[in-house]
Amino acid sequence: MRYIPHTEEDVRQMLAAIGVTSIADLFAEVPAESRLDRPLDLPGPLSESELLRELQELSAQNATASSRLSFLGGGAYNHFIPSVIDQLISRSEFYTAYTPYQPEISQGTLQAVFEYQTLICQLTGMEVSNASMYDGASACAEAVLMAARATRRKQILLAASLHPEYRETVTTYCRYLGMELIELPTASSGRVDAVALAELIGKETAAVVVGYPNFFGVIEDLESISAMAHVAGALLVTAVAEPIALGLLKSPGELGADIVIGEGQSFGMPVSYGGPGVGFFAAREKLVRSMPGRLIGATVDKNGKRGFVLTLATREQHIRREKATSNICSNQGMCALMASMYLTLLGKHGIREVAGQNLSKAAYARSAIAALPGFRLPYSAPMFNEFVVEIDGDVAALLGQLENKGILGGIPLARFWPGMNNRFLVCVTEQHRRQDIDALVAALKGGAA
Amino acid sequence: MEFPEELKYTEDHEWILIEDDIVTVGITDFAQDALGDVVFVELPEVGSTVEAGKSFGVVESVKAVSDVYAPVSGEVIEINEDLPDTPELINTSAYEDGWMVKIRLTDTAELDDLLDAEAYQAFVDEQG
Repeated sequence: MRYIPHTEEDVRQMLAAIGVTSIADLFAEVPAESRLDRPLDLPGPLSESELLRELQELSAQNATASSRLSFLGGGAYNHFIPSVIDQLISRSEFYTAYTPYQPEISQGTLQAVFEYQTLICQLTGMEVSNASMYDGASACAEAVLMAARATRRKQILLAASLHPEYRETVTTYCRYLGMELIELPTASSGRVDAVALAELIGKETAAVVVGYPNFFGVIEDLESISAMAHVAGALLVTAVAEPIALGLLKSPGELGADIVIGEGQSFGMPVSYGGPGVGFFAAREKLVRSMPGRLIGATVDKNGKRGFVLTLATREQHIRREKATSNICSNQGMCALMASMYLTLLGKHGIREVAGQNLSKAAYARSAIAALPGFRLPYSAPMFNEFVVEIDGDVAALLGQLENKGILGGIPLARFWPGMNNRFLVCVTEQHRRQDIDALVAALKGGAA
Repeated sequence: MEFPEELKYTEDHEWILIEDDIVTVGITDFAQDALGDVVFVELPEVGSTVEAGKSFGVVESVKAVSDVYAPVSGEVIEINEDLPDTPELINTSAYEDGWMVKIRLTDTAELDDLLDAEAYQAFVDEQG
């Protein structure tokens, strides 16, 4: 869009029309002491080359996954992004911020979203997927609301080991809806405490929500959790913050999950300080009418040719107003497209290969760290590419020392669990070479006290 | 368009069959015709209570999703179990096989507010 500034004459006419003489008059209502009575104290203008240099110097102060050796995970994962994704996604046809849904003009976009939905179904073992949502956390909150709609129950059991930001988002969404959120404690294995689950679950329970892997990197026993949920008439919601894991793990669908949501950032999107990502959302077909968001369906036109259209839109906000299944009337089109490109590029074997490298490299790091004096692995259950490390001393001091050496060694759990000062979460992906992991281990050595 | 004499009606286009303190409720021929092909029906649970004038279920057609309002207050004692799998019964047999719920009335005085066939037909004609 062109930028056409107002002329002085335009401004004079507009001011005259509303009966004031100057722009300053428009601010007369703001108390004088709150108004700045001098120009902003800004440096003078720079030439283009000076400006670029200044911005480069500023951005060099950022710690990024490429300027540091990063072992941070916790919901945003540093995976390799094939260059072809950036090349393809930069095509101007994909650049619209808002997905054009009109089938007459958007068959390409609709087909791309349809294929995204197919990939998500294959990965999660579910029957239907929506066109994507904002991120994993809001998708999780929508899954909780959907479970309440589908079961007509109001109690939700949230695993304490679910990503803390997902739990926070669920809590915010549910605050004024009369929902009862109950925390499911973590057993010493790092999995959901099955005894507590058996005690807490009942005929009021709409859903059990667990991470897969959970926030501690631990792989939950979904099969037994889903069995317990289904006996009580509740749904199992599985939250997958690191979906690369699904390249190796049995899909949540095969293990009995009813709704599978997660974060798709791992599929071809940079960590970018935490966003943007893309929420994926999939469910059993029998639940499709309780499902939030948009869905693209395949159909045939009047000549019998295959085509794609928005489907089940009658449940959405622009038609059902306040009775819509959710207020999501859009999707995260561009990021969903990146996820489709990534998954298509890797294919079934490629994603298994990436997942295998994550698993092996994390296992190597885990055993090397556990062999260091004073370092322990508190959880015993199987893990994927993240794991919790425990020391006797203060984690903040240790991670600070590592940072001075250019290593981001992990996420201190005290950030989410105040008082948990001796544990941190380490993430190892296919991006780490053996010497990177060895450098982390060497830097940690002697720092446990 | 049919308006069976033995039924009562509401301005929300529900029909009501009264048998002692049990009423059977569905949507009218006019309503199903206006909605078009019904693809999904959402019914309350047996044992739940409904309140006159409040929504108790949903009928979804290819064009729209509409609430269905309880004509009287009471307890749901039976639902049409065939509707979830064959929602088209609402189109093919609005007044018989397409019935939605049976409600045990709590207040027979509420029946006085219902329209008879002639009044409902006049109401529909007026809506034109």
